[in-house]
Amino acid sequence: MRLDPILSKATVGSAGETGSWRNFRPVVEAEKCSGCKECFYYCPEGVIEVKGVARIDYRFCKGCGVCREVCRQKAIVMVQEE
Amino acid sequence: MILPGNASCQGCPIAMAMRCLDEIENPVLVIPAGCSTVIAGLHPKSAMKCPVVHVPFASTHSVACGLSEAYRKLGVDATIVAWMGDGAADIGFATLSASATRKDDILTVVVDNEAYMNTGTQASLSTFWKAKTTTSPTGKTEEKRNLALVMLAHKVDYVATASVGYIRDLRRKFRTAGKKDGFRFIHVHTPCPPGWRFPSEKTVEVARKAVMSGAWILWEYDGKLRISPPSEKYADKSKRIPLKEYLNQGRFAHLSDEDVKEIERKIDEEWDLLLKFS
Repeated sequence: MRLDPILSKATVGSAGETGSWRNFRPVVEAEKCSGCKECFYYCPEGVIEVKGVARIDYRFCKGCGVCREVCRQKAIVMVQEE
Repeated sequence: MILPGNASCQGCPIAMAMRCLDEIENPVLVIPAGCSTVIAGLHPKSAMKCPVVHVPFASTHSVACGLSEAYRKLGVDATIVAWMGDGAADIGFATLSASATRKDDILTVVVDNEAYMNTGTQASLSTFWKAKTTTSPTGKTEEKRNLALVMLAHKVDYVATASVGYIRDLRRKFRTAGKKDGFRFIHVHTPCPPGWRFPSEKTVEVARKAVMSGAWILWEYDGKLRISPPSEKYADKSKRIPLKEYLNQGRFAHLSDEDVKEIERKIDEEWDLLLKFS
């Protein structure tokens, strides 16, 4: 029996492009960001990468706002999507 | 261990906890029905980078036990993680308890959002006294069960409580438990924005306030019970934040001052009991 067809495959975007769920977009103010990675650890979606400063993948960011709340430098602002 | 673009709600604490699975080497997840099932993805797509077996509630630990024994016999180095919600821990308690008694080589993680969230917020044994759910519309009339203490009574190798509000503590506990053998149990507090009725950005804040008010106690047992660093200072009642700050959630909006006092008394009792073990 071929098991391959019945096994699920690891897929980025298993629920689609979840960035479309967003009402508010978190925007990093690079000059304030200290690169502490707090947002990286707490982001539920895992869409934040920190290389010097935090960068957010808007394709999948759902806009929950957790990153803004945990940011110690208050370097993230939520901007309403159009 | 979990990929972006999964089906978790905005601000989901379970997705936050699932990311911490990165601390465990070669995890193989066994997931009974619940929010975690939905998050892990729908065939043919999976949001998880590790193998996942979706199982019916009561079979969780039977399947996990079988996998663990099979991997051991085949010489495969894997960590079997039974990943369940508090609802699945209620429904599958018989096999959970039996597995703990047998000391199966399984790491059990219960992500506790204090109700059956996946089916629309019905009260579970973990639901707080007086919390509103769809099956307790005027507030739950029964006490909350302390599942971690129940598991401790099974005399297993490792028991810990954790919270998504203290992610480094949570990651450390996953790492510690992942390296151990035998039956390990981690009870993770996961405040649920839609279920508890608070805004999605407040997940971490609510989780931290639960700890700071003493309502959720972080501890660890590995032969000796210790209160974990984030909770240590809250053993002293005067250091705790006012309970009302934590109870500022939709599910507690109806509480009277007497109710809050009564909850405070219950929290003191929990601390007294726990400190007797430490």
